Amino acid sequence: MSDTKNLFNKVWDLHTVGTLPSGQTQLFIGLHLIHEVTSPQAFAMLRERDLKVMYPERTFATVDHIVPTDNQARPFADNLAEQMMSAIEKNCREFGVTLFDLKDGRQGIVHTVGPEQGLTQPGMTIACGDSHTSTHGAFGSIAFGIGTSQVAYVLSTQTLAMNRPQVRRVGVNGELGPGVFAKDVILHIIRQLGVKGGIGYAYEFAGDVFDRMTMEERMTVCNMSIEGGARCGYINPDETTVEYIRGRPFAPQGEAFEKAREWWLSLASGPNAQFDDEVSYDAASIEPTVTWGINPGQSVGINEAIPTVASYPEEEQKGVQEALDFMELNEGQSMKGLKIDVAFIGSCTNGRISDLRQAAELAKGNRVAPGVKAIVVPGSQQVRRQAEEEGLAEIFTEAGFEWREAGCSMCLAMNPDKLKGREICASSSNRNFKGRQGSPTGRTLLMSPAMVTAAAIRGSVTDVREMLEPVGA
Amino acid sequence: MNEITQVTGTGVPLFLDDIDTDRIIPARFLRCVSFDGLGEHAFEDDREQDPSHPFNNDAYRNGSILVSGRNFGCGSSREHAPQALMRWGIEAVVAESFAEIFFGNCTSLGVPAVCAKREDLATLSAAIESDPQLEVTVDIDALQVRYGDQAIPVTMPEGARGALVSGQWDFLSQLLENGDQIRETAGTLPYVSSFAG
Repeated sequence: MSDTKNLFNKVWDLHTVGTLPSGQTQLFIGLHLIHEVTSPQAFAMLRERDLKVMYPERTFATVDHIVPTDNQARPFADNLAEQMMSAIEKNCREFGVTLFDLKDGRQGIVHTVGPEQGLTQPGMTIACGDSHTSTHGAFGSIAFGIGTSQVAYVLSTQTLAMNRPQVRRVGVNGELGPGVFAKDVILHIIRQLGVKGGIGYAYEFAGDVFDRMTMEERMTVCNMSIEGGARCGYINPDETTVEYIRGRPFAPQGEAFEKAREWWLSLASGPNAQFDDEVSYDAASIEPTVTWGINPGQSVGINEAIPTVASYPEEEQKGVQEALDFMELNEGQSMKGLKIDVAFIGSCTNGRISDLRQAAELAKGNRVAPGVKAIVVPGSQQVRRQAEEEGLAEIFTEAGFEWREAGCSMCLAMNPDKLKGREICASSSNRNFKGRQGSPTGRTLLMSPAMVTAAAIRGSVTDVREMLEPVGA
Repeated sequence: MNEITQVTGTGVPLFLDDIDTDRIIPARFLRCVSFDGLGEHAFEDDREQDPSHPFNNDAYRNGSILVSGRNFGCGSSREHAPQALMRWGIEAVVAESFAEIFFGNCTSLGVPAVCAKREDLATLSAAIESDPQLEVTVDIDALQVRYGDQAIPVTMPEGARGALVSGQWDFLSQLLENGDQIRETAGTLPYVSSFAG
C-alpha cells in the first residue's frame, strides 16, 4: 500500500540526523523560538562552554511572559522582570539572534508571533522552551516544548535527543452546535482521554470538524494537546493552511511559494496512513464546556452537573475530592450561575484576532457586571493594532473591559496581572492548576472566550447560547 | 559525566496524582536568570496551605527519593521544576508515570525518574511513612527499588536509562559530535534553503 506513513513519521524521518549511542534519535529542529523566561540559563551554558548559536537565522526571540500589560516604561517596576528583559536583549545581541522586542511592532506571545510572521510552516520541526509550543502543530509541523538544558542543545547544535512517540489519530466529525468553539472541542477531548492519556503519543487531529476550522481555531486545539499529556498535536496541512501563510513576512514568496505549497501538501497523512491508535468523537455531543477542578480534564458541559466523587475509579477519588475542596464546589452542583470575580480574555490559547472578534460581538452594547474585573490582553502587538483598527478595542472599553498591551499576562501571572486571594476567574487560558493565575489560593475556570465574555457580562458562569442571536429566526 | 547507576537515601512520600509543575515551583519564582536558590521554594504554595505536606515535615527533610503518583510533573516545560527539586535535595523520583517534558528535563540533570506499579508505590509510600529513616535504593542498572527486605520492579525508557548508567547523560557533547551530519540533514530540507533548490 502506498503512502502508509502518517505526517508525523514523514516529518520525523526527514529530520533524523542519526541514532545516538543511547538509541535516541538526533532530530534536527527547523525553527527554534525562544523567550525571556527559559533562555537565560541556556545562554549561560553556551558561554560556559564557549559555544555559538549554530543557526542564528533559524532562531527567533520574543518577550511575553514577564511583560507588563499596562505600563511598559523601562526600567520595569519589577526589578527581576527588568533583569530578565535585559538578559534576553544582551543574549540576542551577542549571539546574533533576531529579537522581537517591545519597540519592534512584532512582539507578542511566542506562539502567536510565529504563525502570524509566517515563521511557522508545515513540515518543520519546531521547538521552544514552553510547553504550548504544540500550538504550531496546527500547520502540520512537529512542534513541542523543551526544558532549558534542551534550549541550550538546540541553540548550539540545532538538534535534540528524542524518542519517537506513537501517533494517535483523534477524530471529531459532524456539526458543532451554535456557541460551541474550538476551545470546547479540545476541552472535550481532554476530558474524554484524560490529562495523562496522551503520554507517549503525538495526536493527529483529523475529521471534518478540523477540516472546516480556520487556522486560528486549529491553533487553539493544538495548543492544548499538552494538557492532554501529548507533547505535540497536529492537523494535516491543506489549502486553508496554505492560504493563511501566503504573503506573510517570513513565508516563501513567488515561485518558491508554489514549490513550498506542493511540498507542504505532500506531507499530509493520506487515506492509507497508519496510526498506533485511533479514537473518534461526535461533534454534536460537544457542549460549551467549563472546568470545575484543578486540571484541564476536570470539566463539564455547561448543562451538566459536576460528577459525583463515587463515579470516578477508587484510586482517583482522593484527587477529585482535593479538587472540589480547593474550588469550594460540590459534587452534583451546576457550574451555571457560579459568581466570578475576574474575567480574562487572552493567552496563546485564545488571544488571537478571531477570539477577540467573538468576544467583542458579545460585549457590544453590554456592560461588564458590577464587581467583575475584566481584562482583554491581545496575543501580539499585531493583533492589538488590528483589533484597534476594527473598532474592537473601543467596544471592549465601552463595555467596561480593560484593554491591555500584548503578553501572556494572567495565564500564568508572571507579570503584575494576578488574581487576589480566593478570587474566581473565568479564563480563556489553558491551565486551571492551583495557584496558576498568581494567587496561591485563586481559582480558575477554563472556557472559550465567548463563554468568558458571557460570564463577565452576567457576573456568573453562563451558557453563552442564551446570549447568541437565535439561528434562523 | 559520572555514571549514575543507583541512588540511595531516605524517601519523601507524596503519593498523589497529577502533581503539576506550577505546584512544584510557582511561576513567580521563575523570574530569575539563574537556577540558584530555587530549592527553598519547592512546593512553596502547597506547603503554605497544607501544614501536613511532606515537604513541611522535618522527618523527611533529608529525603532524597521522592515517591509520587501518576502524571508527575505535568504542565509547563519549566526546567525550574526538576531544578527546584534537585536543589531541595531530591536525587531520584519514583512515580506511576511522568509527563514527558518533565521526564526529559530530569534526565538532562542526571536525576533518574523511574516508573513503578501503583500498588507497589502504595506499599513503598506506607513503608516510608511508618519509618522515615528507612533506606531506599533506586537501582536503574537492575531496574528495581529496594527497601527493607523488599524489591519492587521499575521501568525507565532505555534511551534515558542507558545514558545515565553509561555516564552519557550530557547529551550536549554527543549532539555536538555530529556537526557534519547535522549540516547534511539541514541541506536536504527544502525550507532551509527557502525552497530555492
